[in-house]
Amino acid sequence: MTQVATTDRALPFDVEAVRADFPVLDQQIHGKPLVYLDSAASAQRPVAVLDAMDRYYRNNHANVHRGVHTLSQRATDDYEGARQRIAQYINARSACEIIFTRGTTEAINLVANSYARPQLGNTSEIVITQLEHHSNIVPWQLVAAQTGASIRVLPINDRGELEIDQFEGLLNDRTCIVAVNHISNALGTINPVNDIVRIAHQHGVPVLLDGAQAMPHTAVDVQALDCDFFAFSGHKVFGPTGIGVLYGKENLLEQMPPWQGGGEMILSVTFENSTYAGLPHKFEAGTPAIAEAVGLGAAIDYIVALDIERIAAYEQQLLDYATERLATIDGIRFIGTAREKASVVSFTLEGIHPHDIGTIVDSEGVAIRTGHHCAMPVMDFFGVPATARASLAFYNNRDDIDRLVDALHKTKQVFG
Amino acid sequence: MDLQDLYREVILDHNRSPRNFRRIEPCSHSAEGFNPLCGDKLRVYVEKDGDAITDVAFEGSGCAISVASSSMMTEAIKGKTVQQARALFDEIRALLSGEADNEAELGKLAALGGVRQFPSRIKCANLAWHALRAALDGDQQAKTE
Repeated sequence: MTQVATTDRALPFDVEAVRADFPVLDQQIHGKPLVYLDSAASAQRPVAVLDAMDRYYRNNHANVHRGVHTLSQRATDDYEGARQRIAQYINARSACEIIFTRGTTEAINLVANSYARPQLGNTSEIVITQLEHHSNIVPWQLVAAQTGASIRVLPINDRGELEIDQFEGLLNDRTCIVAVNHISNALGTINPVNDIVRIAHQHGVPVLLDGAQAMPHTAVDVQALDCDFFAFSGHKVFGPTGIGVLYGKENLLEQMPPWQGGGEMILSVTFENSTYAGLPHKFEAGTPAIAEAVGLGAAIDYIVALDIERIAAYEQQLLDYATERLATIDGIRFIGTAREKASVVSFTLEGIHPHDIGTIVDSEGVAIRTGHHCAMPVMDFFGVPATARASLAFYNNRDDIDRLVDALHKTKQVFG
Repeated sequence: MDLQDLYREVILDHNRSPRNFRRIEPCSHSAEGFNPLCGDKLRVYVEKDGDAITDVAFEGSGCAISVASSSMMTEAIKGKTVQQARALFDEIRALLSGEADNEAELGKLAALGGVRQFPSRIKCANLAWHALRAALDGDQQAKTE
């Protein structure tokens, strides 16, 4: 794969220059400069993404794959160009393996309904893990309920790591698919996805990786991972909402029936029969989110320019600093202390409910997520109803961490 | 936005030492209130003698606002008739939604009105009250609006 390296890895990461690319960060919340520590819920987007979408709407918009007129051709070029760049970035063999969806959730639902459901019976099994986001649990429950299949769950340990030694024991000739997150949204755990794919493949079982949290933090090479499906969302990777990607191996996608029907995904329609378009359009019924795809392409370009390896290295330093500073607060309990961890810190404060923490730190201008993070089984495992979660992106700096720590001290003062 | 308006001393006190924080078993009525947004979950127990509420209690976990609201609710409801309890539910709903300027009549309960500046927290304050109403209606689960 060829990428234009515009960065020098020897240079320190210039976070202040990066922050200037994100206009939303430059504002006051309740009279204090915004500290945005909720990127795992939704990241912010750089000017380059906003400009790309604005340019598209101002100059090039028409429906794609429809007209012979110039604007339709430009829109198609922009849309398919974004698909090409995404394919190249995650090292897909072909752009036809990149299906645009509304997000990770829709991508997983597509695989559950189009790949899994036709082959599920009442003895079939689907393997997921205790760490999953609800979006990688509920779609499987729905198809399991429709087919009588059952769901088996790989447990986690006290650090919030998968009990990988137990994984192989969950696989058998009834296993239809393994669906696992690459990086946990609730805890930041980086899962041993290479091992999971290798072991599953030894048993002839395909693997779907929920890559929603992996894309903003780590390099993704779907051929090196050898995963069968990989799903991610635009808005978590500094692109727009309403767009996401399902990567699938071409031979699997070819065999799968369309999931939604409509325009765009057909070759010909009569009342007796329709024939479907080839990949990727077979899975893209209706007018797609064109501007959002363009924005996602621009977000990927932005990350390529910054260099994901440098981003990851910087975020690890920031995570270490955050963990060290937060550990000085009396009564803090870290939820999720995996040895391999992305820049997410989930925690509780003794005697103070996370919801109260969230409100009080917000009054100090600090945005964190509080709640169950759409991962109730993770909360159940740790015996907490909710946690507070600070999730860091490459546009955060040490000052943001200091402000969070100060806001948590203020929280403790309020509760005296 | 004034934090001190939300976390008034009476709220913090009821959060620290919730009153009637226990189970009543068996009891005439009980119902669960659950806020999936933040995971707050509580159960309200009501013991009735005819039309009189002779005992009311709650248990569960939640934020300071939902715990304090539950605790203050149990204090306010005990000894009331079912009709009076329903009337107070309406008063609290009016207070929290800002529909009525009824703080003066509500005494200590008026402190719950501090949530009005914090729209994401209004559900925390009314959770226990919805659970109370569900219990009185004979429902198992509170329906919140």
